[in-house]
Amino acid sequence: MQHTISVVVENEFGVLARVAGLFSGRGFNIDSLSVAPTSDESLSRITIVTRGDDAVLEQITKQLNKLVDVIKVLDFSEDNAIERELALIKVSAEDESRAEVLRIVDIFRAKIIDVTPKSYTIEATGAPAKINAILDLLRPLGLKELVRTGAVAIGRGAKGWKG
Amino acid sequence: MKMNGARILLESLKREGVDLVFGYPGGTVINLYDELMNVREIRHILPRHEQGGTHAADGYARATGKVGVAIATSGPGATNTITGIATAYMDSIPMVIITGQVPTPLIGNDAFQEVDIIGITRPITKHSFLIRHAKDIPTIVRKAFYIARSGRPGPVLIDFPKDVQISQAEFKWPETIEIRGYKPNLEGHQKQVEKAVEMLLAARRPVMYVGGGVILANAATELTELARTLQFPVTTTLMGLGAFPESDPLALKMLGMHGAYAANMAMTHSDLILAVGARFDDRVTGKIATFAPHAKIIHIDVDPTSIRKNVRVDLPIVGDTRDVLVKMIDCLKGLTEKVAAQHSAMEAWHEDISGWKAKHPISYKQSSSIIKPQYVIQKLRELSEEDAIMATDVGQHQMWVAQFFEFNQPRTLLTSGGLGTMGFGIPSAMGAQAAYPKRQVICVCGDGGVQMNMQELATMVQHRLPVKIVVLNNNFLGMVRQWQELFFDKRYSQTCLELPMDFAKIAEAYGAKGLKADKPSEVEQVIKEGFAHDGPVIMEFKIAREEKVLPMVPAGASLNEMVLNA
Repeated sequence: MQHTISVVVENEFGVLARVAGLFSGRGFNIDSLSVAPTSDESLSRITIVTRGDDAVLEQITKQLNKLVDVIKVLDFSEDNAIERELALIKVSAEDESRAEVLRIVDIFRAKIIDVTPKSYTIEATGAPAKINAILDLLRPLGLKELVRTGAVAIGRGAKGWKG
Repeated sequence: MKMNGARILLESLKREGVDLVFGYPGGTVINLYDELMNVREIRHILPRHEQGGTHAADGYARATGKVGVAIATSGPGATNTITGIATAYMDSIPMVIITGQVPTPLIGNDAFQEVDIIGITRPITKHSFLIRHAKDIPTIVRKAFYIARSGRPGPVLIDFPKDVQISQAEFKWPETIEIRGYKPNLEGHQKQVEKAVEMLLAARRPVMYVGGGVILANAATELTELARTLQFPVTTTLMGLGAFPESDPLALKMLGMHGAYAANMAMTHSDLILAVGARFDDRVTGKIATFAPHAKIIHIDVDPTSIRKNVRVDLPIVGDTRDVLVKMIDCLKGLTEKVAAQHSAMEAWHEDISGWKAKHPISYKQSSSIIKPQYVIQKLRELSEEDAIMATDVGQHQMWVAQFFEFNQPRTLLTSGGLGTMGFGIPSAMGAQAAYPKRQVICVCGDGGVQMNMQELATMVQHRLPVKIVVLNNNFLGMVRQWQELFFDKRYSQTCLELPMDFAKIAEAYGAKGLKADKPSEVEQVIKEGFAHDGPVIMEFKIAREEKVLPMVPAGASLNEMVLNA
């Protein structure tokens, strides 16, 4: 099962290596990973999308917590968090497919951010499933290049995790 | 007062109570070594190899419970410590390793003797620090020692660039430190303890399964008290030997791959396992699917990742094992009637256990013509002091020590359990002897492992560390040979050490004493003479070449499927 884990860490060099090394060393999967500083500049937040059964997930969470530089581990499930991802998509757009691309972009509330006579570059945001859906529609039209940020997630409700 | 970084580091070590370090000088620690000459409070032992120095710091830590300290220069000095660090990491030994590093502006430039030692050691350290400014040294040292010794202990590495050693800063020792991401959970949850006690008292076929965590937490006394109060049989892992006296009638001795028949049978038939500071390693459980099929499991450990890693657990208690055991003992004080009732309800179980003990005790066939290794170990126990420290290398001899040398006190066995490091015995014994100059320190090796790190004989002679080294010489890499005999059709690929070595002569060459025995009748005399000698000794015993460690649970088999005679 896929899980999204948010890891609040010290914003210091080498910390990402510790986290990534833990995943590779213990044979845990990383489907996507994104990292950036938080509002508190001494902290960074790493969002990792991973896979495994309950026992594996329990080990991942515990092992992350064990790292000295890890301050907080949040294991998000679908109903307690919102997930978003950004994708930059370069797609062929010639003749009749130009209009079709625009329609798809409109339906998904995506944006065209670069245009050439032969292509559109699209910025799409949304839950990872929505990104997958737009890609499924664009793929037959000729996908030239794809860059995804990987998911980031935040808990629902008024309560925030400071930092 | 301003001082250079090297001095600040040494002053910080003093504040941490360090009075002995094992280290090897080199280009990037030359400033540190220069300052060391001005610091009389710290004794320095120069090993002959950085690996030896690291294992010595480890042996010192295992024997004393204090943090062991090793120093090495950058590059090859640092990489030579890796096996020592990994050994300590796998057995949760508190250690601080200080490595020199090339000057900060050169880092990343492939400078002479540069290596990314923090990167290399990341998976085998509990944590690591690169010092960037001299003013940070006291805080880093304090954090390093705190992390090394608290929670589940482990090695911490400090990388110390040469320019920082030279730069000046104010020495300010921090009164307190705060590490926001590191808060080991030491106090066992009272409600969980109460639930556990209820389960303990409901059990009819209980076993206490005890690991090295009990020794690390200095909880042997509490563990013994709990076992005797409840009258529960106790089995220990290799790392747990000494946590409970093996002379006690409740002792089942070691369990697992080369464990006692009674211990493995008790685990298989138990209805409740109280695991204390043990981690259900594959050498202990055998085939997981058939491990302790009828047992509820209570697992006490300071490290949450140890719980439910390998086996299902019915009741976890995260906390310092000593704290949890004390709470259990307190809880039982009000329940004396229930405890007494349980004693009588366990009679059948104790009978089963006595039956297993009598059926297949740990034993061997004595010989009058050829020396049996087990006989040497028994004689060592008989002729050694009660509080003697026993270090081992890794292989057959290690298992014979575990089976035949009765361990009755904690911190008397130094052995590489997790990593299984050949070459660990001699230097770790050296470290323990440096900590306790007056105690008897014995090191049992095979003829394979003794040749890894035997250079430390020179260190022992130089520093007057009278370790008694016993070499059980079968001219084989015996444990691998045993597996080849049993599982590879006796195809002895590269396990015969054909060249006959004269280990006694090697000892003499280093200025130590060399003794040897070829016949069983000579064993006692050699041990007596070796023990009586006031200095390091090698006692070499030519043993039965194809003697096997038995019983044995073949890899992947269930615990009760022991090979008893082969």
